Amino acid sequence: MSDAIMTIAPPPPSASERLKFYSMWVIAAAALVILPKIFSSGGSLTTFSLIGISIIFSLSYNILLGQTGMLSFGHAVYYGLGGFLAIHAINIIAKNKFAIPLPLVPLIGGAAGLIFAMLLGWVSTKRSGTAFAMISLGLAELVASSALILRTFFGGEAGVSANRTKVFRLFDWSFGPQIQIYYLVAAWTLIAVIAMYALTRTPLGRMCNAVRDNPERVQFVGYDPHVVRYIAFCFSGFFAGIAGALAAINFEIANSAYLGAVQSGTVLFATYIGGVGFFIGPIVGAIFVTLLSLGLSDLTQVWQLYFGLIFIAVVMFAPGGLTGLLMMHWPLIKAGTLTRVLPGYLIAFVPTLAMLVGFILSVEVIVFHMVHAGGDSHIKAFGIPFDAENRAVWAIAAVLLIAGFFVARKTWKLIAARWDDALTEARTKGVAA
Amino acid sequence: MTNAIELHGVEKTFGITKVIQGVDLKVAKGERHALIGPNGAGKSTTFNLISGYMKPTTGTILLNGQDIVGLPPFQINRRGLSRSFQVTNVFAKMTVWENLRCAVLWATGHRYAFWKNVDALPEVRERTAQILQDISLVSRRDVPAGLLTYAEQRALEIGITIAGGADVILLDEPTAGMSHAETERAVEQIRRLTEGRTLLIVEHDMSVVFGLADRISVLVYGEVIATGTPDEIRGNRKVKEAYLGEEAA
Repeated sequence: MSDAIMTIAPPPPSASERLKFYSMWVIAAAALVILPKIFSSGGSLTTFSLIGISIIFSLSYNILLGQTGMLSFGHAVYYGLGGFLAIHAINIIAKNKFAIPLPLVPLIGGAAGLIFAMLLGWVSTKRSGTAFAMISLGLAELVASSALILRTFFGGEAGVSANRTKVFRLFDWSFGPQIQIYYLVAAWTLIAVIAMYALTRTPLGRMCNAVRDNPERVQFVGYDPHVVRYIAFCFSGFFAGIAGALAAINFEIANSAYLGAVQSGTVLFATYIGGVGFFIGPIVGAIFVTLLSLGLSDLTQVWQLYFGLIFIAVVMFAPGGLTGLLMMHWPLIKAGTLTRVLPGYLIAFVPTLAMLVGFILSVEVIVFHMVHAGGDSHIKAFGIPFDAENRAVWAIAAVLLIAGFFVARKTWKLIAARWDDALTEARTKGVAA
Repeated sequence: MTNAIELHGVEKTFGITKVIQGVDLKVAKGERHALIGPNGAGKSTTFNLISGYMKPTTGTILLNGQDIVGLPPFQINRRGLSRSFQVTNVFAKMTVWENLRCAVLWATGHRYAFWKNVDALPEVRERTAQILQDISLVSRRDVPAGLLTYAEQRALEIGITIAGGADVILLDEPTAGMSHAETERAVEQIRRLTEGRTLLIVEHDMSVVFGLADRISVLVYGEVIATGTPDEIRGNRKVKEAYLGEEAA
């Protein structure tokens, strides 16, 4: 009887599925080890470290937004406090010669994030939605402004700095060179990602999803949604604290910017652009946004404008984020109908690119006339030099933008039609819902 | 015989409107009790008061002899009372399996555990599978609840309600909006699933009420005007005047 019932339950993963699952993590670990062998410059190592930190921070944010349905505008509070505690910890360890090696310092940051989340979270998690968002914003402002007032702890505008190489050494690792910091960040990233993934597979993790979907009904299956939200919030604070501590170790400084609204906004951007509906989404978002902010700032002065526009575009046209966009193609790949859509993409690529070039050209010309009017009009954006005073450039920009838009719109419709066909066929083959 | 649910002089006021004016209701242990009455009589409000969704203005509510007034819904649920909703109220983005499992987790003692793998809990799997079979949704196991048909969602709603093993079940119009055939199937299911438990049901379909209930209470304008067996209620003149009219007589 009992055996017959168990056949109804979803079958446990087969040996090959399990092998696939575990080898995925092994491959990820191997990739992290090999990465600096391929890209060994100091700049790329710093970039990788920043990406790792951003991955932990974004995933911790998604425990709130994607998993439990809480929109926070103040997640940097726990990141920043983790960072400050880590900096102070490094100084205290160095001064007193405590036998605590640097790789354990992120745990101190995590503990700081956890404790502050426990203290501040109980009231704010009483409700989700607007009330939670507003309280998170208020707390963030409160902590950020205290950072400038409580100088002994936060160090005022300058912040607090530390020398990470003065900490007790293990195996003769000084953590002076960036490569050692990279490996430290990479190891913590892997640990944190595995831990946060495992969390989604626990009774608490599933109830977080239930609270996200329907907090009212949760109360009628025995759970207090407030407690579920609170525990999720504490975990989120813990991992944010680890990320903040790694950032503090990486930069050897913690300042009020760690706690500020910009930091809270960036993690929201990264998580949302990556896709809140998938575990891997925030990882994709963290990589994308870190590379974008590093890359764009070299290419144009108004990179934040483009950054904001990308965010708006994702919210409007791809609410599932980049990951959602990619995952949409999965049923087509399985049904083998992806080839119907791909030519459409190629056709659409040219006019869409023309439209974007026209748009960028227009933006840069307008920025020049509004910000640098009267200066040297020979400017360079995205590596392309042009004359912002030249009427021909204006005309080209306008033509590319307008004509590009009208042609591109036709090709988008073509893609939509092809897409419908491909999906219908995938459905008839029974691989799409 | 002890009572599973007792309401004494329960009143509920919204602003200046008295929606429930002194309801006295006794639901005996193990019986199937129907609450009927015209629209706006306060049936759903009575459910909301018993399940802790709302707090009565005055009066006492006893669950298995214990006062539960002022307790939050999850504590009333942990004491063995579970309710369904008139408007389907499930976890839309989660699969049927996950919906039922959420309703099983507390009762199997896993609570807020963050150190156990949810897929590797044998008693949770077995109980969830049993409920899935009981509500005949085995073939829809991995479908997100939001994509089910209406009748399937109603079945899932009942599944979530009974999954925790509560011994007092409140069903709010479980067959509303169903076709005749679907209603018959749903009634059969309800009869089977509430075997050995106490059932309080709000229902508009009189064939369902008279076929299913051991006793019936009639609620009109926030007051219970009569309680009795289906035959007694059919023959009650006050009920006929206030509610049933000629059609059910």
